[in-house]
Amino acid sequence: MTPVEETLKRIQSHKGVIGTMVVNAEGIPIRTTLDNSTTVQYAGLLHHLTMKAKSTVRDIDPQNDLTFLRIRSKKHEIMVAPDKEYLLIVIQNPCE
Amino acid sequence: MLPASAKAPHKQPHKQSISIGRGTRKRDEDSGTEVGEGTDEWAQSKATVRPPDQLELTDAELKEEFTRILTANNPHAPQNIVRYSFKAGEKVTEEELMTPKQPKERKLTNQFNFSERASQTYNNPVRDRECQTEPPPRTNFSATANQWEIYDAYVEELEKQEKTKEKEKAKTPVAKKSGKMAIRKLTSMESQTDDLIKLSQATKIMERMVNQNTYDDIAQDFKYYDDAADEYRDQVGTLLPLWKFQNDKAKRLSVTALCWNPKYRDLFAVGYGSYDFMKQSRGMLLLYSLKNPSFPEYMFGSNSGVMCLDIHVDHPYLVAVGHYDGNVAIYNLKKPHSQPSFCSSAKSGKHSDPVWQVKWQKDDMDQNLNFFSVSSDGRIVSWTLVKRKLVHVDVIKLKVEGSTTEVPEGLQLHPVGCGTAFDFHKEIDYMFLVGTEEGKIYKCSKSYSSQFLDTYDAHNTSVDTVSWNPYHTKVFMSCSSDWTVKIWDHTIKTPMFIYDLNSAVGDVAWAPYSSTVFAAVTTDGKAHIFDLAINKYEAICNQPVAAKKNRLTHVQFNLIHPIIIVGDDRGHIISLKLSPNLRKMPKEKKGQEVQKGPAVEIAKLDKLLNLVREVKIKT
Repeated sequence: MTPVEETLKRIQSHKGVIGTMVVNAEGIPIRTTLDNSTTVQYAGLLHHLTMKAKSTVRDIDPQNDLTFLRIRSKKHEIMVAPDKEYLLIVIQNPCE
Repeated sequence: MLPASAKAPHKQPHKQSISIGRGTRKRDEDSGTEVGEGTDEWAQSKATVRPPDQLELTDAELKEEFTRILTANNPHAPQNIVRYSFKAGEKVTEEELMTPKQPKERKLTNQFNFSERASQTYNNPVRDRECQTEPPPRTNFSATANQWEIYDAYVEELEKQEKTKEKEKAKTPVAKKSGKMAIRKLTSMESQTDDLIKLSQATKIMERMVNQNTYDDIAQDFKYYDDAADEYRDQVGTLLPLWKFQNDKAKRLSVTALCWNPKYRDLFAVGYGSYDFMKQSRGMLLLYSLKNPSFPEYMFGSNSGVMCLDIHVDHPYLVAVGHYDGNVAIYNLKKPHSQPSFCSSAKSGKHSDPVWQVKWQKDDMDQNLNFFSVSSDGRIVSWTLVKRKLVHVDVIKLKVEGSTTEVPEGLQLHPVGCGTAFDFHKEIDYMFLVGTEEGKIYKCSKSYSSQFLDTYDAHNTSVDTVSWNPYHTKVFMSCSSDWTVKIWDHTIKTPMFIYDLNSAVGDVAWAPYSSTVFAAVTTDGKAHIFDLAINKYEAICNQPVAAKKNRLTHVQFNLIHPIIIVGDDRGHIISLKLSPNLRKMPKEKKGQEVQKGPAVEIAKLDKLLNLVREVKIKT
């Protein structure tokens, strides 16, 4: 397996991780460990939010760029790592 | 034929016409037939042709002169043209038009004597003709014009320009290479999993974040926690355990070497092997980052146990490794294959015994990388990387002094000493110390290969580590399995300080932030921290770090963070945070250089000790 696949597998099996998904540049999920409806929901909503966050960061300074986005909520934490073409989303519950 | 018809009009005009008609017809026919033959006649004669109704005149009549007067008036035009004049309302002659008439009674135009005449032209019937083309294809395009999108467009444009410039400079050979590259890329970019390779950066960051969440409390401790109880403890400090690093693949191996990366301060290298002579198996080299305690950043395996490693200061991606089978190798982290980039072999002068320590040196005069290695076979070898090959030069052969045995034939055998540790002086480049299995420490110079500059009878058993003080240029420290740690001044043959730690000492290390602080780890699982400025005789921290069964093998201080990493013989690495008492900096006068402060202190201590000794000797 490629190192990327291995890393994704490790992340998924890490303590507290509820689900991981990979979304492409148009907001279509490519790879997921959650069920379909949840995935589609997360993908669509987070895609918009990430674009907005990225736009915000870059508007302030065009030479800057968004590297990571974390949304901490009561129940769990949603982490988004944007890339050039893809979006990696991980939902983790840190304190079990 | 022609002359006959010319005569005809004088006599019979009627016939003339008919005959002319005939004649003309005939002529037509003739001309028709003549056309075929006409070219001959044309070419042959240019006789004038007389028209049939030409007047025949005598010569006298021909000579008669007639006068003709030419005027502007057209003599053939009629004199009395009548035209309809709209003004007069009737036809009048032109003469009358030319002369102005007296105005007559004006005619009234009303409905009784005005008649309008209109006429309508025929309107052509209208017909519709239509033609429809295919509509051009349309797409919807929407985009936002943000500041950053404009910036991106400019950057892209710049890159394109630079690329075209490069292409202009390098012509066909580069084009061929790029063609091959493109082909390779095409073949590999076919499966979906390969698309995910683009995600490698994102997955790396994500793994670190997930780990940070899981070990959040440890990360907070690492950064911010300082044991407040230290104020109440007199001078003693504690070690707070932070992350534990372990890997399944290295489970049964011992940690044989630890080294922090000089450039990336959160990256450290761990060598795995075995100290057991009987049980020798494979070895591993793992590089961990503090940011990801659950999985190493780099992993390399080797057939023989790794015994020592060193990371180059200027090139933090080059790791020199010494193996149990005597081989040395260089790993290049930029190319993460599991094979080392360069390796020595039996032909190229590997050691015949385990390599106990390797150390990078400054580049030699030809800018080649070089490092030294010491081994139990008594050789200290300098390896140089010349044109992608490792070339070795024996620098020194360790001899056991004073014990040359005489073989019956009269030859003198020099038993070879076994080097187990060495360290190079921080400032004096050519000077270095070697510790041996016999317990002696030799001070050597790179230039003298046969003689030692000095010998110290250091220990009773083999010397595990020698280490120069990072600040004080004269002081060094040694440790051994005879339970002692000794601190020396290299000008004096006897040690300055001796510490008995009740258990075999695996490793000692000086702290990078103070010249008087050092750490020692022992085989009973304890870590000892000493600060000579605070307490000359005892450790200020004495803490069991691992379970009693685990023997601690190595310890290293981090260069900027107040943490130490300790390796044990089960393959675990534990990171510990030093409490504030352990990292007390001497309070010097403001404005003075703090670095020299500890050295000055140590000099003071030395003087004190010497005074104490002189007193003892005297008494």
